[in-house]
This record gives sequence, structure tokens and C-alpha cells, in this order.
Amino acid sequence: MATDNVSAKSIFKSIDWVTILLYLVIVTLGWFSVMGATYNFGDAITLDLTTRAGKQLLWIGLAMIWGFSLLLIDDKIYDTFSYILYVIMMGILLITPFIATNHKGSYSWINIGSLSLQPAEFAKTATALALAKMMGTYGFSLSRTRNMVQACAIVFIPFVLIILQRETGSALIYLAFFLVFYREGMSGSVLFIGISAAIYFIVGLRYNMFNITYTHTSVGEFAVLTLIWIFTLCLDLVYDKDWRNARHMFLGGLTILAIAGIVTRYIHIFDISWVLLAICSGCIVYLCTKAILNRDVKLYLIAIFTLGSLAIHYSTDYVLNDILEPHQQTRVRVLLGLEDDINGAGYNVRQSEIAIGSGGLLGKGFLNGTQTKLKYVPEQDTDFIFCTVGEESGFVGATIVLLLFLCLILRLIHLAERQNYAMGRIYGYAVVSILLLHVFINIGMVMGLTPVIGIPLPFFSYGGSSLWGFTILLFIFIRIDASRNRYN
Amino acid sequence: MSVVNFEKRRYIIGAIACIIVLVYIVRLFFLQIVNDDYKKNADSNAFLKKIQYPARGLITDRNGKLLVYNEPAYNIMVVMNEQHGIDTMDFCRTIGISKQQYIDRMAEIKDPRLNYGYSRYTPQLFMGQIPAKAFSVFQEKLFKFKGFYIEKRSIRHYATSHAAHILGDVAEVNPAEIDSDSYYRSGDYIGKLGVEKSYEKDLRGIKGVKIMIRDVHGRIKGHYQDGKFDRVPEPGRNLTLGLDRELQALGERLMQGKIGSIVAIEPSTGEVLCMVSSPTFDPHLLIGAERGANYQKLYANPHKPLLNRAIMGQYPPGSTFKTTQALTFLQEGIITPHTYYPCSRGFWHGRTHVGCHGHHSPVELNFAIQTSCNSYFCWGFYHMIMAKSKYGSCSNALTRWKDYMVSMGFGYRLGIDLPGEKRGMIPNAQYYDKWYKGRWNAQTIISDAIGQGEVMLTPLQVANLGATIANRGYYYIPHVVSKIQGRDLDTLYTRKHYTFVDERNYRFVVQGMRNAVLGGTCKRANLPGIEVCGKTGTAQNRGHDHSVFMGFAPMNNPRIAISVYVENGGFGADYAVPIGALMIEQYINGKLSESSMATANTFANKIISYGNRQR
Repeated sequence: MATDNVSAKSIFKSIDWVTILLYLVIVTLGWFSVMGATYNFGDAITLDLTTRAGKQLLWIGLAMIWGFSLLLIDDKIYDTFSYILYVIMMGILLITPFIATNHKGSYSWINIGSLSLQPAEFAKTATALALAKMMGTYGFSLSRTRNMVQACAIVFIPFVLIILQRETGSALIYLAFFLVFYREGMSGSVLFIGISAAIYFIVGLRYNMFNITYTHTSVGEFAVLTLIWIFTLCLDLVYDKDWRNARHMFLGGLTILAIAGIVTRYIHIFDISWVLLAICSGCIVYLCTKAILNRDVKLYLIAIFTLGSLAIHYSTDYVLNDILEPHQQTRVRVLLGLEDDINGAGYNVRQSEIAIGSGGLLGKGFLNGTQTKLKYVPEQDTDFIFCTVGEESGFVGATIVLLLFLCLILRLIHLAERQNYAMGRIYGYAVVSILLLHVFINIGMVMGLTPVIGIPLPFFSYGGSSLWGFTILLFIFIRIDASRNRYN
Repeated sequence: MSVVNFEKRRYIIGAIACIIVLVYIVRLFFLQIVNDDYKKNADSNAFLKKIQYPARGLITDRNGKLLVYNEPAYNIMVVMNEQHGIDTMDFCRTIGISKQQYIDRMAEIKDPRLNYGYSRYTPQLFMGQIPAKAFSVFQEKLFKFKGFYIEKRSIRHYATSHAAHILGDVAEVNPAEIDSDSYYRSGDYIGKLGVEKSYEKDLRGIKGVKIMIRDVHGRIKGHYQDGKFDRVPEPGRNLTLGLDRELQALGERLMQGKIGSIVAIEPSTGEVLCMVSSPTFDPHLLIGAERGANYQKLYANPHKPLLNRAIMGQYPPGSTFKTTQALTFLQEGIITPHTYYPCSRGFWHGRTHVGCHGHHSPVELNFAIQTSCNSYFCWGFYHMIMAKSKYGSCSNALTRWKDYMVSMGFGYRLGIDLPGEKRGMIPNAQYYDKWYKGRWNAQTIISDAIGQGEVMLTPLQVANLGATIANRGYYYIPHVVSKIQGRDLDTLYTRKHYTFVDERNYRFVVQGMRNAVLGGTCKRANLPGIEVCGKTGTAQNRGHDHSVFMGFAPMNNPRIAISVYVENGGFGADYAVPIGALMIEQYINGKLSESSMATANTFANKIISYGNRQR
């Protein structure tokens, strides 16, 4: 017993209080936002369990207890039980659709008495632990195909199970683990290609209808082809020892573009995107030629990247119209401004932009937001909670919240890097990646920058499941970090 | 690759996080600070601004008699989003429309091209200006018609059926008006004609507002900040017109069955005492639900009752114009009061001949005005235009002449406070250069001297000429509104405008006009006890001549100046002079003598046949 006490004490000494403090501040601000979002004009401020603010206070209290309890539990059990936890969790995910009630079209909520829980929120933690355990095993390397497949399997099992619950948004969060893979050695080009493809897709569709002034060239087409050209040059600069190749491709392309610009401005108007396509094709031919002459495989790969980029770009229309489901198509189109359906899917985004925009520099003051409170903004206390922040505390408040999240993420990166064991580091990065993707998508969608994917803002959105899920995810890492020096 | 390499990737991951947050802060900056569209949008979303409509200003005549006032009326409003499951048949029966009208009106409301700024969350005007009686039935059943509301407004009412052209009317604003003035919202009323239009900003008052908070379903959640920002409406300003209600009524009666106009001005102020344009119409026709149909009917009438001929009709002034010529020639020294010109049944020079009636010859100025001798003024005009030693050229002479005319208020709009005034026409040298390719002289344009040819004046300008002569050399810009409650009249209307002619020269013309009444063309205007000065005109026209009279009374300290135009009325003496005399008598004496009453009845019943040609 005595040794236990000593270890508990030493644990509290080595806990990272900075993270705890950030957590407490964010959770407190989150509660005030829920309070603001659910408060009705004229009501007395009551904190009993009939109001959402009152309930959220209870969830926060319980979350603190879970968090504190986790700090007391020896972190060795994660090493021991992570796979078992993962298997149990996957089992729960598997049966969830069968016992769940229909909740706005998704089958992800389990009712336990008066409490509704969303297992998907907790599955993230289990997946992160299992992944950390597997990847932290000695000799595990992502450069080995077999290991890569294993790691991917860990991620894709919950991904698929959650999609079966019709919670595509929550499932997409599992893509965050690719950031962990990147940190652990997955080729950066995979990440790069993934991000590039997303950019081509969004930029290409978003600006397709606008023409550059005085030309027949569409802005979207022009921008995407220019990006492909620039990405190709960047890759060449990074991977090619001979920087003259990049210079040749840059100057050559620039010359052709300048001539085309003059022609279209003064002689005959035509579509410049064909010139850009020619430049990109020229780069491919140039790279292949050089690859043969120099026997440099990397140049081939760059050429393949360029070719693939062109293929992705010219197939976005196909993807949009033939791969995505109709409601997803609508969401993408509305998000990209291709459809102006104010009262349909775009209505939410429009209303939330209005709410945030009306906040101004300092906001309308706590409990004074008119847009969110009068229910113009849907899901105002859950997915669209950031609206309330923007409306009631303005640019200053919203920026502070963003910076708090940034601080937490950067702090967690710092903590992850100081781990002595791969498992701790990998788990840390899993926490970082999940938080980052949630913040990125949630706040982005509220401001009309990312697709409307129904996922909560960590520690802010109303609801026990998401708050507890994130608290558990975070506190396990704090506990692991606290005992990083155990065997030293 | 070694592990060390991967460790550096933490910076890339950190950088990704930083970039995301940075981009989002920039986006926030644009949303919240740069762009204020969102703020406006939020206001209109969450606040229901219940407009409190001010009472429109009242309009009275110069003696304080009411002309235009307000009566309560009700608008039926509909909120599309709330309107469902009502018994359409019952609804239609209650407000007396057909089902098809109901369907059409609903479609109209929903069409943003027709109904500017349509929103299904805000009350839209379904039917305007329901009279109090029809409304009471509707109100009882209102609970059955979900989504329909009543808005109390006021409707304009006219105390008499006179002066429609001056008073004007109000009607719903059109999209262009909404765009150009932020005061107006769809369904508001705005002055469309007459004083209602020109004094719209005084009459309309300031709207009040009650700010209510409402949620996304349009449900009212109470007053915003306990009504701290609410505003009580300020009623519009009352207007007093220079108009004399009795005089206007008499004028309209006398002009029955004739096309033309009567304009009377108080010379000492420029206030318009009456302004009759015939045919006229009953202003009540343009009130309420029937406005549109009645307006169409009036518009289609070939005699154009909507046209205010007093300010929009442009006629040759005929002989009334001779007074201006006398003044110009005297001032320029072309003639003296004792200059004699010959007249042997007209003006003969070269191949030019302007006829005149038989009278002795030669004539001097006084008699020329009295008898309206054409020849006298043609010679005067000839000598002025051909005075090369004085002016250098015909062009310069005509320019000088034109400047005199402009100084008397011709050729440009006088600037009366009514919409739609026309400027008339005073030809200048450039005009004739173009017309005659530079080859013209006094003979070519001689008919300008006697108010024919290219010269065109509005009846208002002729009446103003009377006022100018009455004042012996100056005028105030004629105006129908004499007082505005709570502010001064525009200084435009309180400033004297002097002509180029001295007072001393006016005296000769006044004397001539007095003689015309005593023993010349205007004998029928010789009223007992009132020293009337007058000048007839017989404006040549393609059809029968227009009968014109211009005069003022009394000769000293004049109180009224008047112009009368009766289209196709023949000689000035036939219609215009007796009508003018009756008007002067009515105004100066406040009533008509018994014999005059009989004359008035005779003229009121005289009808000139105009046929159905568009005029």
C-alpha cells in the first residue's frame, strides 16, 4: 500500500499541468458556450437537469471524475489490455446498429436507461491504443508492406463499422491516423498526394464556373493546372539532386505562359488552360527523358505524380456525379457554392456564417446572441457550437478559442515527442491527429470552409459521449506521459 | 531512413496545425470585421421590426378649410410560412374575392420579380386598404385564417371632389422607389401626383418602430430590451395651400364641358389661388382598391383628364403675348409710348402680311394694346430684330429679345411645386439658323411678335405674366403650398424675380390693359367696383382658335392675376374673358352677384364639342 501511495504522489508530481490547465479552460469556455446556445431570452438562469446547460455541467463533473480516475490507474494496463479493449469495442460497434434507435438517420446511439451513448466516440480511444501497441512493438516498420497492411486494418475496421451505422462523418475522423503513420515513417508523398487530390477536387469544382476576366479560361481549371505544375516543380526541387531540371521546367513553362498571355490579350482570345496542360505534359516528357538519361527512378515517380494529378483533376466531375451519393453530392455542391439552396443544405452554413459574422470584433455579449439563441442556427449546441462563440464573444473570443486549441495541440506534440517508448509517442500523435482533424473540420464547416460533416467540436459541443470520449482519450495520454520516466 | 529523420516531422505536423488555425483566423477576420453584410442579415433575421406608421399630413386651403385628410383602413397581411390549412372558400367570400383572384394574388406575392424583397417569414401585403365595414366581418373570422394578419393603416380622403390635379394621390410604392429611398418598404404608400408627390417628404412623417425578438419560426419572443430602442412615429407635416376652395370649385364648374385651364395667382406672394385643368376627375376615384382600374380608365380617355393642362399644356399665347413685346420694345428704346405705327388692316412689308381687324391708323402703344393691333407689334418686332446698328445682327437682336422673354419666366420651367411642369418654347437664333439654314430675318419670324409662330407658353406662365405686370416688374415663382407646418417655405418661393423691364414701362402696359377692359377687347371683364386690367388672346390653331384671357385686378394693389384658356373657344372675348371676369369677381368679392350667377350658370352649361380624337 505504501509503495502505491508513493507512486501516486510521484505521478502527480510528473503530470503535465499545462495540458490539464488548457483542458480545464477549454471545457469551461465550452460550458459557457452551451449555456449561451441553449439559453432562452427571458428565462431565469437555472442550472437544474432540465436545461442543457445544467446537464452539461453534470457531464463535465463526471468527465472530471473519469479523468481523475484515469490518472490513478496504472498505465501498464493499456499495454496489456489494449488489444482486448479494441476487440470488445469493435464488438460493441458491430452490434450497435442492431440495438440502436434511429437518431436523425444514423444508428449509432445506444440508450442505457435515460443515458444515450455513442460508442463511436469511445472507439477512437480503443483504436488509438491498439494502434500504438501494434506500432510500438519492436521491429514494427511501416516501410514493410505487411506491417502497413496490419496498421491500416486496425484503422479500417472501426471505419467500416461506423459507416455501417450511417455515421460517415465520425468515420472520416479515422483518416486522422494517417497523420500518425506519417510521423512514424509513412512516405510523406502519400500524405502529399492525398492533400493534393483534395485540393484539386475542391478548387477545381469551386471555381469552375468563373472565367478569368477577358479570357475564356475558367479560374478553377487554371488554378488546378497551375498547382499541378508548381507541385511538380516542388517535388523535383526536393527529390532531384540536379536543381537545373526544376529551373528548366519553370523557365520553359513561364516563357510559354507569357507568350500565350500576350496572344490571348492582344491577338486572339483562347483558353489558356490548354497551354497549361501542354506545360504539364511537357514536364512529364522532360522528367521521363531525364529519368532515362540519368537512370533516376525518382524522376519517374514525379512524372507519375504529375500524370496522376492530371487524371484526378479531369475525373473530379466523374467522381462527383457517379461515385458520391446524392445527398453527399448536394452537400459538396452547396459547400463549394455550386448550388445556392439557401433553405436546403446550404441553409445551415449560411445561417452559421451570418451568426458568426454578426458578432463583430467583440461580440454581442454572453447570452446576447440573437442568431444562435433564436434557433436560426441548427445544432447550435452540438456541431454548430462555434457559432455561439463567434456571435457572443466576437472575433476576439473566437480567435482565443482557436489559439487555445492550437496551444493544446502543440503542447501534445511536445509531450508525444518526449516519450521514451514508441507506444506512448504513437498514442500521443493519435490524440493530436484526432483533435486536429475535429477542430479543422468542425470549425471549418461552421465558417463555410469545409464540407458539412456532422462531428462535434472537442470539449465544446454539448453531450456526454463526446465530452467523455475526448476526456478519456486525453487523460490516458496524460497518464502515460506522467510515467514516462518510470524505468529510468 | 533513420528514426532521427522522422523526428523532424513533428515540425511539419505542428506547422499544419498552425496553418489551419491561421487560415481560420483570417476567415474569421473577413466574416466578422471586414464584411458587414452578415450583420445586416442577422438584424433582419432575428428582429421583427414592427413599423408604426405615422399619420400623413393634412392639406387645407388658404382659409383653413380641409381638403385632404386620413381615415382608418386596414391591410390584410399574410405570412406565407404560417399560412396553411385555411378554408379558402370562406376566406374569399369574407373579403369578397373569387378563388381565382386568391390564387393569382398568392402567386404574385411569391414571385420575387413582382414582389420585391419577398420572404416567406415576413408579413406580405395580401390586400390593401380594406374599408372599415368590410374589415369588421373579416376581423371576426380572423382566428380561422392562420397566417393572416391585420395591419392598421390610414387611407387618404378628399373633402371635396375638386382640385384633383393639385392634390394628387397616393399609391403603393414600386420597386424603383423602394430602391431609391430606404424609407420605403414593400406595400408602403407614396405620393404619385400633385402636392402628394412634391411634398412627399413633408407629408409622410417619420416611421416609428417596435422591435420584437422572434425566433426562426417567426414566433414573437417579446420586446427587444424592453422597448429601449422603440421609436414613436412622428406624424407628417400639415400643408396649407394657397388655393381658395370656392374659387377652385367655381373654376371647375365654369370649365365643365370645355377643354382648357384657369390659373389664378396672388401677385404679392406667388401663391396659386386656383388651378383648374379641364376635363378633370374626382380624386375619390384614385382611392382604395379601385384605384388601378379607375386610373386605367382615366388614362385611356381621349381627352386626357389626368393631364394637368395648367402646367403641362403648351399653347401659343396669342395676343396676351403683346404685352411682353410692348415691355421689351419700350425698355430697349425701340419704341416710346408715343411711337406711332401704321395699320391698314394689318402689317405689310415685302411679301409678308399679318392681318388685323379694322381700326383707325396710325396707332400708338396704349391704343395698340387696347385694341390688340397686330400691325403695331409686328412693326416693333421688325424694328428690333432689324436694328443692325444696335445689335449687329438679326441673331444678336433675337438673342437679346429671347433674354427678355426668359427674364419674364418663359422658355424654362417656372419651378412650381408640382410634378410634371413643361417649359414652353421661346425660339432662339440657333433654332432659326437650323430651321431656315441661316437665312431668316424679322419678316420670317414676324408671328412671334403676336404670340404665334414658334412661341409656346403654359397657362401657368401666362398667369405669371399677369402677376408680373400686376407687380410692375417682378414675380414670385408660383407655388401651390403657402405654409408647411414646422418649417419655412423654400426660399425659392419667397424671392422676387425681376424682369429686365423697368417699373415705369410697366405702367404704360397696365394702362393699355385697363383700357382694353374699359373700351377694348375685354369689355366683358369690366366689373362694377373692381378695376380689372386684361388682355385677350385668340390663339391661332389648326382647328378652331383657342380663347385666351390674361388679366389682374384690382389695377392698384392687385390681389389676383389670372389666365384662362379655353381650347377651340374662338375669340378671347367669347369664353375666356367672361370666365376670367367671373373668377375675379368671385375672388375679390368672395361671392358672385345675382346677374353674374346667371352668367356663371350659362357658361357652366356651355359645351364645346371636341369629338373623340386623342388630344
